Amino acid sequence: MTDIAIVSYAQAPMVRDAGCANEVELIMPVINEALQACGLARTDIDFVCSGSADYLQGAPFAFVAGVDALGAFPPIKESHVEMDAAWALYECYLKMLAGDIDSALIYGFGKSSPGNLPEVLSLQLDPYYLQPLCPDSVSLAALQARAMLDAGRCTREQMNEVVINSRRQAQKNPRAQLRKPVSQEQLQAEVDWIAPLKKSDCCPISDGASALVICRESQAREMGLPYARVVGMDHRIESHMLGFRDLTDSPSARNAAKSAGLHNNIEAAELHAPFSHQEILLRQSLGLSENVDINPSGGALAGNVMMAAGLDRIGSMAAAILRGDYKFGLAHATSGPCLQQNLVTILEAA
Amino acid sequence: MANHAAVIGVGQVKYQTQRDDVSIAGLVREAAQNALDDAQLEWSDIDAVVIGKAPDMFEGHMMPELYLADALCATNKPILRVHTAGSVGGSTAIVAASHVQSGVFERVLTVAYEKQSESNAMWALSSKQPFATHLNAGAGGFFAPLIREYIQRSNAPAEVGMQVAVKDRLHALRNPLAHLHMPDIDLATVEASPMLWEPLRFLESCPSSDGACAMIIGSERAAAASPKKPAWIRGTAMRSEPTNFAGREQVNPQAGIDCAKDVYRQAGIQNPRKDLDTAEIYVPFSWYEPMWLENLGFCDIGEGWKLTLEGATSLPEGGDIPWNCSGGVLSTNPIGASGMIRFAEAAQQVRGLAGDYQVEGTQLALGHAYGGGAQFFSMWVVGAEKQ
Repeated sequence: MTDIAIVSYAQAPMVRDAGCANEVELIMPVINEALQACGLARTDIDFVCSGSADYLQGAPFAFVAGVDALGAFPPIKESHVEMDAAWALYECYLKMLAGDIDSALIYGFGKSSPGNLPEVLSLQLDPYYLQPLCPDSVSLAALQARAMLDAGRCTREQMNEVVINSRRQAQKNPRAQLRKPVSQEQLQAEVDWIAPLKKSDCCPISDGASALVICRESQAREMGLPYARVVGMDHRIESHMLGFRDLTDSPSARNAAKSAGLHNNIEAAELHAPFSHQEILLRQSLGLSENVDINPSGGALAGNVMMAAGLDRIGSMAAAILRGDYKFGLAHATSGPCLQQNLVTILEAA
Repeated sequence: MANHAAVIGVGQVKYQTQRDDVSIAGLVREAAQNALDDAQLEWSDIDAVVIGKAPDMFEGHMMPELYLADALCATNKPILRVHTAGSVGGSTAIVAASHVQSGVFERVLTVAYEKQSESNAMWALSSKQPFATHLNAGAGGFFAPLIREYIQRSNAPAEVGMQVAVKDRLHALRNPLAHLHMPDIDLATVEASPMLWEPLRFLESCPSSDGACAMIIGSERAAAASPKKPAWIRGTAMRSEPTNFAGREQVNPQAGIDCAKDVYRQAGIQNPRKDLDTAEIYVPFSWYEPMWLENLGFCDIGEGWKLTLEGATSLPEGGDIPWNCSGGVLSTNPIGASGMIRFAEAAQQVRGLAGDYQVEGTQLALGHAYGGGAQFFSMWVVGAEKQ
C-alpha cells in the first residue's frame, strides 16, 4: 500500500489519423485538461515523465518536441522512457516511494498514422535473426491465437465475445475509436484476415495522447480532490525468443500482478490486450473470475494509441473508480510481441 | 527520505570504432558481466535492469529492451528503458538509483550502450523532422554557432579548444579502454586537422564509438556486503528546457545551472571547484570544457577558458580540478553510453579504482551529461563516504 493518489486523467479522442497535428498539438490539450481537472498548475508539479517511440514518426527525438508542450521554462525536472507511458508512471512511482518527489505529470503519445504500424513494429525484433524476416506484429499475434485455439485455451466464440464486449463497453466511452456494436453472427460471417485472426480481433491503429497526474494522498485530501489510490505496481518481461515461451500463458503478467498486490476483491480489470485472444489469455493467467468486469473503457480493441494505451488502461481504471463504479481495480499494460512484457497496477477507491 | 544507494560494481568494454566481433546483445552483456565480476555478484543477484541508449535509429532497432531481456538475464524481472537524448547515460543511472532509493530493489543492473557502427549516427541525427527545418549537419553543426557566440562573448583565444582536445587525449593514454590512443597528440596536430564546423576541427570533435558501460547499484545493505569500496550516491538531478524559444540562453543554459545547483545542494557542495576533487563532464566538442566550467559554477562567467589554459583541468599538469581524467567524450563516444561512462568514471575515482588516471584521495566527484540542443541535463555527485 502506498500513499500515491491518481487525481486526474485526460485522453484525446483516439482517431485513425490525426492529420497534420504534430506532437505538441496532440499532447498540449491533454496536459492542460489533466492539470485543469485537478486544479494543479504546471509549476506545482515536481516531475514530468513521458513515453513515446521515435520509430512511429520515423525521426529521432520524438519526445524532444513534447517538451515544448510543457512550457518547460524555467527548466523542469523531466525524463522519458522509450516505452509505453505506463512505464513512465512506474518511474514516477519509484521516485514517489523514494521521497524524491511529491507529484508528477505523466503523458504518452503516439502518431502511428504516418507509417505501416505492423511493419514498423517488426523493428522491435531481434535485429540479426528475426527482424530481417520482417514478421509483422499481427502475424506474430496470429501465431499466438493459433496456439491458444489449438491448446483449447479459448474458442472462436469466446474471441468473438471479447470483441462484442469491447464494442458494447466502448459505446459509453466518447474517446473510443471503434464503437459500433457487433453481433456473434456478424463476427462469424467475417472473413479471416491473418488466420486465425479476423480484423475485428485486432486493435485499430490509433493516433492520440493521454496524460495523468499523481500526488500524495495527503495533498489530494487537502485540496479536496477525489482520487484513486495506487496499491502497488510491478512489471516483468519474458524471453524475446517466442519459441522459448509458452505462448498460451503469461507468467510475467501473473508475477507482476502478485507483486503489485493482486487480491480476490478485484471488481474490474482494464487489460491491455491488442488482440481478442490476449484478453482471454490474460484473464486466465491472472486468475480473474467471471465476475470481474473486463475493459469498461472498451479496451485496446476500441482504440490503441501506441505508447499511451498502457497508461490509458491505468487512467481508465482510475477514472472508473473515481466515478464510483468500482472500489478495487486492476490495470495492465503490455509491450512487445505476443505480450512479452507486462505491467500491472492495483488501484482502489480512496 | 530516500534510502541510501551506492555504486558497487562498474563494467566497461574496450571502446573502438567497430566491435564487429559481437552482436548488440554481446556488447551489452560483456559490459554487464564485467560489472557483475567487479561486484563479485551473479546474474541471479540482480533484482531489476535499467537500460539506456540514444535514439533507436542509431542501430535501426526499436525498443531494444525486448530483445536484450535474454542477454541481460532480465526474464521474469523488471526491465526499463530510458531515453533522454545525449544525457541518457546519466539519466539511466539516475533512474537505476531511484530503483534502489525507493526501497523496492536491493541490487539493480544498469547498462547504457551504443553500437554506432550498426548505422550512421550523423545521418540518424540529421533525418528530417516533420514540420521542422531540415538541418543536415549532425550535432557539430548545431553546436558550432553556440561555440562561436561563446568565443565572441568571452574573448577566448583560439587555442583553448585545441588545448582541451590535446589534454583529454593525453588523459586517454592512461585509460586502456579509451577509444582514441594518440601518443603523439599536440597542438600542431590538432590545428592541422581539417576544419569541420568553424571553429571545430576534426580533432576537436568526439569520435564515433561502439561500446557499453554498466553499473551495479546497491542498497546500503548490498554495499556493506560488497567486497570493493562503494561509491555512495550523494545527489542526483535532472533538468530539461525547450530547444528553442525567443531569448533562450543557449550558450549558458539555465537548465544546466539549475541542475548543478540542485545536485550541489544535495551533496552539501558550496564551492564546486574547491569541494569536488575531480569531475567527468560531457565534453563532446572541445570548447564545451570552458563553457561547462562556467555553467557548472567552477568559475565566473567569461573565465572558463582561463582555467583550461592554466592547466587547472589537467591531470598531468597537476591541476586542482582535473576534468575527464578517463579521456572524456573526446576520446570515447558511444553516444547513449557516454553519459553513463561519465557517471561510472566519477564512481571509479571515489572508489579509488581509476588506475593510472586516479586522482589521489578523491572524496567527491561529479558526473555530468547533457543532450538535445544543450537542453537536457543529468548529474550526480558520488562520495567515498555515505554522507
